[in-house]
Amino acid sequence: MAWARRILRVNLTKGTCTPEPLNMEWARDYLGQRGLGTKYFVSEVDPKVDPLSPDNKLIFATGPLTGTMASTGARYSVITKGALTGAIACSNSGGHWGPELKQAGWDMIIFEGRAPEPVYLYIENDSAQLLPAKDLWGTTVWHTEEAIKKKHQDPQIRVASIGRAGENGVLYACVVNDLHRAAGRSGVGAVMGSKNLKAVAVRGTKGVGGIANPAEFMKVTFEKKKVLAENPVTGQGLPTYGTQVLMNVINEVGALPTRNHRDVQFEGARKISGEAMHEKRPTDGKSNLVTNAACFGCTIACGRISRMDKTHYTVVNKPEYWGATGGLEYENAWSLGCANGVDDLEALTYANILCNEDGMDPISFGATVGAAMELFDLGLIKEEEVGFPLKFGSAEALTRIAEMTARGEGFGKVIGLGSKRLCAKYGRPELSMSVKGQEFPAYDSRGIQGMGLTYATSNRGACHLRSYTVASEVLGIPVKTDPHSPEGKAELVKAFQDATAVFDSSGLCIFTSFAWTLADIQPQLQAACEGEFSLEKLNEIGERIWNLERRFNNAAGFTRQDDDLPPRLKTEPAKTGPAKGLVNQIDKMLPEYYQVRGWTPEGMPTKETLARLGL
Amino acid sequence: MKVTLKLYATLSDYLPEEARKTNQVPLDVPPQTTIDQLIDQYRLPPGLVHLVLVNGHYVPPGMRARQALHEGDVLAIWPPIAGG
Repeated sequence: MAWARRILRVNLTKGTCTPEPLNMEWARDYLGQRGLGTKYFVSEVDPKVDPLSPDNKLIFATGPLTGTMASTGARYSVITKGALTGAIACSNSGGHWGPELKQAGWDMIIFEGRAPEPVYLYIENDSAQLLPAKDLWGTTVWHTEEAIKKKHQDPQIRVASIGRAGENGVLYACVVNDLHRAAGRSGVGAVMGSKNLKAVAVRGTKGVGGIANPAEFMKVTFEKKKVLAENPVTGQGLPTYGTQVLMNVINEVGALPTRNHRDVQFEGARKISGEAMHEKRPTDGKSNLVTNAACFGCTIACGRISRMDKTHYTVVNKPEYWGATGGLEYENAWSLGCANGVDDLEALTYANILCNEDGMDPISFGATVGAAMELFDLGLIKEEEVGFPLKFGSAEALTRIAEMTARGEGFGKVIGLGSKRLCAKYGRPELSMSVKGQEFPAYDSRGIQGMGLTYATSNRGACHLRSYTVASEVLGIPVKTDPHSPEGKAELVKAFQDATAVFDSSGLCIFTSFAWTLADIQPQLQAACEGEFSLEKLNEIGERIWNLERRFNNAAGFTRQDDDLPPRLKTEPAKTGPAKGLVNQIDKMLPEYYQVRGWTPEGMPTKETLARLGL
Repeated sequence: MKVTLKLYATLSDYLPEEARKTNQVPLDVPPQTTIDQLIDQYRLPPGLVHLVLVNGHYVPPGMRARQALHEGDVLAIWPPIAGG
């Protein structure tokens, strides 16, 4: 029983904190974290709820392997109805916060209601209390974390909080822990802000006990760490270059969305790539990248720690940004750079720092700026509205609008609504590069067909982390498939989706999947948890979670029409590169996918499928 | 014939120093030069030759000894890498 077997229910309206036993029957069927948190959520919340109303709930959930000695056991998820999407939201973060919660003796926290005034939750092992946060409201994530640690005189407290973006109604606000790790997508931070909940601070000193078979668990986790260390991707590639090594790869294969998906290759990609982060700057002789970093218990260490050039225009008189901090990952470099045509590495680093400091999802923020730049280019957004020209390629425009959005100032308020609402406001809804209201990440589905199906069917809106078929279609992991062909992608996407749901429910990081399969996770879960967790059962759990999320979305009003891509990707062929002339063939793949899933042609799980999965 | 060789990530070290800032070097090679011949010429360690693209198209390991380059081709190579 790697679960702590205890959850904390926090009623923000009443100001109460109540422990409850974990539903162990559900734990066996949904594992933990994403799966189990979603089971609690859909069992308690009306799918039609307004995401920003007190009736929405917000769940912070760990997995059975969170906080254990399993490699990458650092993960927790935030589950709610997304402010950006109105769909089920589940955002996953690493760092140290999740293990700290587990070590305090809790599997999960369920927040309900809305506090009359700003508060934060402080947990110290068994003790949990809501404390006033009026003095923290209006401040950044970074300030909040420091202030809470000072107040409790304990630097080892772990803090997950929102910045000003979450307070100001930025619909893609995120929850940030450990300064620069984030439950990033779908606006979980906006939901937290709507509840007047500024932070969740945790100190846990109890350790994670209750491993079902400790000797076997030690043996198998050691063996699996060896697999990660000996694999060239997880042992060398990710620690050295991080995810940013993909910038030049995806540009070369012609699937790098550029200038709001007008183009599929970016002429400035090399200048903002992982390779560029390693190079010495002519200004100060130092590289942007300082070192790599690991989350709790991680033996991969893909994180980037960067330090800005003090002479760069963005920080020249701002010493608070001169220290080493979380640097650019591939997704952020893409969204802040390629999506806007900006190739100034230091400017992207600065914009990324602002996203961390004030809690904004850089993918949705950057992509929304890209949409705004296209609207500006078309003459629909005027310079007078913004205060300066919002031109593609302008680093100054990007960094100024980042400051304004984080602080809720001027045109930043409009950017904070996300691209769907922005483009609708200016009469061009088709220019929002999104699905279910959530912006695409860094892969153009004209050049990687399976990612089109991934985006269209992702339960939380467009997302690469629900089925990362790039691994197969571009990188050849576990087997190489043709990125330009829609054939077989329905089966591929379903397999990735179900397996990913298990990874996301275990407490482990999805990046282990570059070296591990479910067959590597299975013995770790089996040694840690009571009961039977065979490979067959894990596959069933993954499929059950996917269908559970789907049913919530269906009940919330999402239909087949929402499993679609913007017209640009279906009708405007890629202009350059190996995918030149191609569009995404979603209309061919989607019916096949519904069939493979055991859903009706309208995208509803059939009674037989639901019965088979025990739903 | 003229081709372009691009080497990325840790393979950048195998480029001439002046080419590392761009990760690419223009080459003049004999007609019918194969991918493997160019890999051998640059003494790239086999364990680091993982993802091989010609003009952005993937070339599987079994084809690299046979596939000849053509005028204007761009050969790009990465060690084992991934991201997300």
